[in-house]
Amino acid sequence: MSIRIEHLNYIYSMDSAFRKQALRDICLDIDDGEFIGLIGHTGSGKSTLIQHLNGLIRATDGKIYYNGEDIYQEGYSMTKLRSHVGLVFQYPEYQLFETTVLKDVCFGPGNLGLDAETCMERAKKALSIVGIKEKDHNKSPFELSGGQRRRAAIAGVLAMEPDVLILDEPTAGLDPRGRNDILDQIADLHSRMGITVILVSHSMEDVANYVDRIIAMNRGSVYMDGTPAEVFERYAELEKIGLAAPQVTYFMHDLQRSFPGMRADVTTVREAKDAILGWFEGGEKR
Amino acid sequence: MIRDITIGQYYPANSIIHRLDPRVKLMATVVFIVSVFLIHDLVGFLIATAALGACIWLSKVPVRYMLKGLKVIFIILIFTVLLNMMFTPGREIFRFYFIRVTWEGVILAGKTTMRLVYLIVGSTIMTLTTTPNHLTDGLEKALSPLKKLRFPVHELSMTMSIALRFIPILLEETDKIMKAQQARCADFESGNLIHRVKNLIPVLVPLFISAIRRANDLAMAMEARCYHGGAGRTKMKPLIYNRRDKIGYAVVIAYLILWIVLICVF
Ligand SMILES: Nc1ncnc2c1ncn2[C@@H]1O[C@H](COP(=O)(O)OP(=O)(O)OP(=O)(O)O)[C@@H](O)[C@H]1O
Ligand SMILES: [Mg+2]
Repeated sequence: MSIRIEHLNYIYSMDSAFRKQALRDICLDIDDGEFIGLIGHTGSGKSTLIQHLNGLIRATDGKIYYNGEDIYQEGYSMTKLRSHVGLVFQYPEYQLFETTVLKDVCFGPGNLGLDAETCMERAKKALSIVGIKEKDHNKSPFELSGGQRRRAAIAGVLAMEPDVLILDEPTAGLDPRGRNDILDQIADLHSRMGITVILVSHSMEDVANYVDRIIAMNRGSVYMDGTPAEVFERYAELEKIGLAAPQVTYFMHDLQRSFPGMRADVTTVREAKDAILGWFEGGEKR
Repeated sequence: MIRDITIGQYYPANSIIHRLDPRVKLMATVVFIVSVFLIHDLVGFLIATAALGACIWLSKVPVRYMLKGLKVIFIILIFTVLLNMMFTPGREIFRFYFIRVTWEGVILAGKTTMRLVYLIVGSTIMTLTTTPNHLTDGLEKALSPLKKLRFPVHELSMTMSIALRFIPILLEETDKIMKAQQARCADFESGNLIHRVKNLIPVLVPLFISAIRRANDLAMAMEARCYHGGAGRTKMKPLIYNRRDKIGYAVVIAYLILWIVLICVF
């Protein structure tokens, strides 16, 4: 049960003067239950890559296997694939169209051929996961605030109960509270239901706080792939491709200079706290 | 895929034709189209062909792109050829029941086809080598004498360039919204006509809303920068004739004179 990508290449506008190679020879294995952060400078091909995973874009070259099955083989059902691999686009709130929030969330499950009752049930469940109150269910999407609309749109994908959830910058343009709420809910879903999550983000802090594995892209290729500690340890290389490590990683490297023996391979504030306290405890023994 | 159509016809390249002032190209196109209708004999045909060939060669646009425009009128071309061949009276070549194919018909069919093809290719060269914005700029300048008649030339060209500017944006937006709804398993491909139109609602509603939102934002942004119509407004890139534009005009005028001479002599 996993996603496997083999030698994927994608070229936009293949036969025109504007051809643009967006992905180059991508090979990746994504196992069940992983929480992956996908980072990369703007235009590095993150959005293009994730659209391949549910068949919205067809690779120019290369293969993708979902649970061992080639998704490009004849007769493979894209609808089925899309019901398993849910994709939340950037600024998904602009895609709401129904007269009420609840009806909009029902759109996805309805397309899967479920009966109205099951759709309702799933929609209500999804809305409660993202924290939209019952009293807002019958409001027009346009009466909600921007952050609430974002949640409703995410619920629209959650209601299809995907096994893999991909989110393209879900927190762009939200306030700190809204950002943490959404990410916490996603992390909660990940740990409770064991779904695979791929999170595209420009915030190194968010990525460090939530994910178990980071894939860094540079100009259409995978540049790094590893745990946050492994990837952010190489912050000098990341800076070269327009990325960075979390602030706290820099801070700890500076601290290490004055306090030899301090651990610097930390990526979150909590780890930093442990490292500092650990150093002082070690000092007492010293 | 959708972005391909968007930039419309323009083919970026670095050629003398691309760099010409749009007004020169407009005039050249009009002159060429008029000349195509004046073709009556082999000499005229050769002159027009030479002029067209030279422009294609100078523009550095692959001929394949030039001919793309012909696809649209392919059916019309076939009809003109058939009708002309069959219903022109004259010396008969052969007869098939009531259908008579005549010499005159074949010649007329050839001429008409050639005219249509030259017309399309001639105007395609202009759209392929001029960005839409440049084109509207050129039109605004060329039509500016009409301002004296209180014709809103500036407003018209501003509307046109904003519309042109928004076509790619809206197409991209459509692409995005369609994909987002497809990610929720929306189906745009199957079903009968009514079904399909109904399936488009999830795309059209967000598209209209976003178009209105964008129009609103744009109006605000323009007001914030004190836009108040055309009076007294200067351009960032004013159209100024260069030496090559003067040469361009000279060539166009020479071509025109050649035709006048041709018509007077023969
Ligand atoms: N529809 C399209 N047509 C042509 N080229 C495109 C299209 N969409 C994206 N590209 C190009 O492909 C490359 C990768 O784009 P992509 O959107 O995948 O980047 P990204 O990593 O998601 O960037 P961002 O962080 O800005 O969202 C970019 O250079 C972009 O210009
Ligand atoms: Mg993107």
